[in-house]
Amino acid sequence: MSSELTRRTAAELAELIASGQVSAVEVTQAHLDRIAAVDGQVKAFLHVDAETALAQARAVDERRAAGERLGPLAGVPVAHKDVFTTADMPTTAGSKILEGWRPPYDATVTARLREAGLVIIGKTNLDEFAMGSSTENSAFGPSHNPWDLSRVPGGSSGGSSAAVAAYEAPLATGTDTGGSIRQPAAVTGIVGAKPTYGGSSRYGLIAFASSLDTPGPFGRTVLDAALLHEAFSGHDPLDSTSIDRPVPPVVEAARRADVAGLRVGVVKELGGEGYQPGVQARFNEAVELLESLGAKVAEVSCPHFTYALPAYYLIAPSECSSNLARFDAMRYGLRVGDDGVRSAEEVMALTRAQGFGAEVKRRIMLGTYALSSGYYDAYYGKAQQVRTLIIRDFEAAFEQVDVLVSPTTPTTAFPIGDRVDDPMAMYLADLATIPSNLAGNAAISVPCGLADEDGLPVGLQVMAPPLADDRVYRVAAAVEKALQDRWGGPLLAKAPELVEVDR
Amino acid sequence: MSAITRDEVAHLARLSRLALGEEELDHLAAQLDVIISAVARVQEVAAEDIPPTSHALPLTNVFRPDEVRPSLSPEQALAGAPAAEEQRFRVPRILGEEA
Amino acid sequence: MSAALMPYEEALAKYEPVLGVETHIELGTASKMFCGCPTTFGAPPNTQVCPVCLGLPGSLPVANKAAIEGIIKIGLALNCTIVEWCRFARKNYFYPDMPKNFQISQYDEPLCVDGHLDVEVDGETYRIGIERVHMEEDTGKSLHVGGATGRIHGADYSLVDYNRAGIPLVEIVTKPITGTGDKAPLVARAYATELRELVRALGVSDVRMEEGSMRCDINVSLAPRGSAEWGTRTETKNVNSLRSVERAVRHEIERQAAVLESGGTVVQETRHFHEDTGTTTSGRSKEEAQDYRYFPEPDLVPIAPSREWVEELRASLPELPAARRRRVQAEWGLTDLELRDVVNAGALDLIEDTVKAGCAPAPARKWWMNELSRRAAEQGVELSDLPITPRQVARIQALIDEGSLNDKLARQVFEGVLAGEGDPDQVVAARGLKIVSDEGELSAIVDQVIADNAEVAEKVRSGKVAAAGALVGAVMKATRGQADAARARELILEKLGAS
Repeated sequence: MSSELTRRTAAELAELIASGQVSAVEVTQAHLDRIAAVDGQVKAFLHVDAETALAQARAVDERRAAGERLGPLAGVPVAHKDVFTTADMPTTAGSKILEGWRPPYDATVTARLREAGLVIIGKTNLDEFAMGSSTENSAFGPSHNPWDLSRVPGGSSGGSSAAVAAYEAPLATGTDTGGSIRQPAAVTGIVGAKPTYGGSSRYGLIAFASSLDTPGPFGRTVLDAALLHEAFSGHDPLDSTSIDRPVPPVVEAARRADVAGLRVGVVKELGGEGYQPGVQARFNEAVELLESLGAKVAEVSCPHFTYALPAYYLIAPSECSSNLARFDAMRYGLRVGDDGVRSAEEVMALTRAQGFGAEVKRRIMLGTYALSSGYYDAYYGKAQQVRTLIIRDFEAAFEQVDVLVSPTTPTTAFPIGDRVDDPMAMYLADLATIPSNLAGNAAISVPCGLADEDGLPVGLQVMAPPLADDRVYRVAAAVEKALQDRWGGPLLAKAPELVEVDR
Repeated sequence: MSAITRDEVAHLARLSRLALGEEELDHLAAQLDVIISAVARVQEVAAEDIPPTSHALPLTNVFRPDEVRPSLSPEQALAGAPAAEEQRFRVPRILGEEA
Repeated sequence: MSAALMPYEEALAKYEPVLGVETHIELGTASKMFCGCPTTFGAPPNTQVCPVCLGLPGSLPVANKAAIEGIIKIGLALNCTIVEWCRFARKNYFYPDMPKNFQISQYDEPLCVDGHLDVEVDGETYRIGIERVHMEEDTGKSLHVGGATGRIHGADYSLVDYNRAGIPLVEIVTKPITGTGDKAPLVARAYATELRELVRALGVSDVRMEEGSMRCDINVSLAPRGSAEWGTRTETKNVNSLRSVERAVRHEIERQAAVLESGGTVVQETRHFHEDTGTTTSGRSKEEAQDYRYFPEPDLVPIAPSREWVEELRASLPELPAARRRRVQAEWGLTDLELRDVVNAGALDLIEDTVKAGCAPAPARKWWMNELSRRAAEQGVELSDLPITPRQVARIQALIDEGSLNDKLARQVFEGVLAGEGDPDQVVAARGLKIVSDEGELSAIVDQVIADNAEVAEKVRSGKVAAAGALVGAVMKATRGQADAARARELILEKLGAS
């Protein structure tokens, strides 16, 4: 029963718990066992506290026994990206500079998970401060892709994608600044969504790039992702950029799963050259599938998307250079070189040099450059203008079609170590996902098959206008349903079984 | 011609409060040069009359009422401090201006 | 080492000063600018902090609506234009008292622009242009430990309290102030004084310079007389009283003139004012110029005050000091000089409240400006700090008006109230300070006085009415001052057939 539980979807688990067939404690224990058995290889988690997790599960069981009405995911475990603050667990953001820090407060997303009765089973690995596409920038070592342990699980939310793909948790949270949910979802064969910017609260999310960061869900199914999306999204008065509107009906859309009559645009600029043939092939088939399901498909041009990557690599580092200034050894976290003689200034500089990893330092330097006097207009200023052009491209496209589609990533999961010394190559992983971050609209990645070359998962990206999150779930669910019918089960069933170690 | 000089990189490191060694500076200078040359492409398309976008969505006037909320206790506030004394954060001597 | 100075008159003969004043005012909101922490002054260290104002990872700011209304009111009172759309900006620099290592401020899009404030010096009006008024947040406070002086230089380490971090701060920047000549220090002081009065009248801050809720930075540069070109300016910080504003300007004029005279150049720098010596010293010269890397604050959305909102706030403005002064001057019939004395003594509110409590303006002014001002000066406190209320002053005058007290007795009542003996009526009762108004008793005393001073009485009887004063004095002496002197005089004249 226990190992079977970890194969269930979140929706199924919730139903089993709600109907009293299993307890939240049993479900949590099953996942803790799975973590103990495989996480030595996957390394998805930075922190697992069985006692705390089981206590949360017990509380849910007790509330249910007391007749309390609980949320639709009550008792279901969730893996929580270690970039959200948790008052009862350490929060590191994957950085040495925060090692051992215990926040005195819960992020809004954390608080909503708790209110919904979800059991936070542990904190997942990530690229340091969510900067990266592979988790190789984590100060605590990389996570591994369950499809091929020598490969990356994507990033920055790679611990979360790996945990869900390895059945260590049915659900996980992530944050998407340039693709950090969609890209890891794509390369691990699961579902990951980036809500509309402002649709999910950033309060308590350790900031990388404030105008781009968006919390979002991972699940093995579109419905699971939608259920989690609904559980933690919605207006938050603690986040000024939070949208004061109801959450789009994503769960209903995921259940509806039909695309008949929907106008689908294939983004001309996101495909072809630079895209792995196997990725392109699966994408093309997905488009044909959509057509066969009754969607009206057309090619759409978004000419400025090719400038999205350079604009992103100016805007995100600029904001990060400012956001990460607070890590200065004065109030919390690491302090290096305080010998009673060195000045605060020197201690700050020594701590930051030792506490931050190479990629973080690179981006801080790049952002400082882009904002500095004499360069602001030519770099940060221009990048903000490009942002306008990209928003206009989207607006024009969405006048013609209801959703846009593209491959989520140019390639499948790359081998660990392959791109660490070549930042520009690493940055290309987010080529197709960045435009939606710059425009703040909704997007999702849903598995669409395995690339012929390497047998690794490929993701289909669906993008919709801001606040039309339900549309991306609708399309993703339709694709998922049709492909699972064709495959006879979920794509993840094709993944090799991990060896469970004795525990 | 390189997009950024090593001196500029050293200056950026000081502005960013990063005590980088000589070797790290050399390495970063080379990488930043490549990256800056690549991102400079934004200058190709953005004409003068395009307004800049700082916020993805056009929200305005988000305020909170002037209401007092509970603060942290001093113990909570200082729990993560590398050093504390007299209920204050203890920091190394400050070289800056006299405030 | 103290800097060489040029005598003030000589400096002004050779150079024309150009001033600029940047004033920071902490708004008196209940909660901070971007979080719900309280803003109480003097609370124990780090008791008014939360994840937001401590800049903890993940925290986010949300702007306080009352603070935005406060700054708009200040802008309107300073005749500024309230812009239709503006953003916050981050000012990036590292400093241990700044939790995020950036200050949320405004850069090229201030909320209020282009206003003015009229101030008066020696009967002349100077219109001070206001460049901008913008919103920002305050920093924490450091305590420097070790070293000789408790100052930052030579300290072994510092202790930081973040209670003040995040308190709403309004910065008001003047346009360059020219054409003031030798009045420059007085104009600067008058500006700071008027600004303080204005903000206090708006009720948006307690503007206490001694507590730091109003702080001035003074820019001074000198242009050689006849030259159109301004010199290099210095920015003097740590100017913490109105008197210091005046002294700092004067000192910088004398110092810069001496520098220029000796063939030197004025260095563009931050200087610190020292209250004890009235001088300024150079701040640490930085190896590299500051580069604040301002950019729009992504965590806060733009402010777009609707015209309706602005007009609503305009309509809510109270009577402003200049208008109020004009009104009371007319109502109370004061000369310009009398009005200025009242204002300078900080007595305007007190007198007006006394009048509101039913007292006529003339006696209200008389008590506050004479008797009470003298006592305040003796005790070295502000008039408003005396332990007596306008209502009590009005009551004492009412007792005079109804004939129960005369001025002399009233002074004893003031003494009693100030000594904490209770309300005027209690003091009167406890001290037995009632005018002798019993006709029979007074008449008997008058008879006795006439009998005791037959010579003087005779003079009065023979028509020298002026001599009656001596008899009145004797009656007052006999009653220990508790007689109604006017009534006593009447009785004397009556009895001596001189009325």
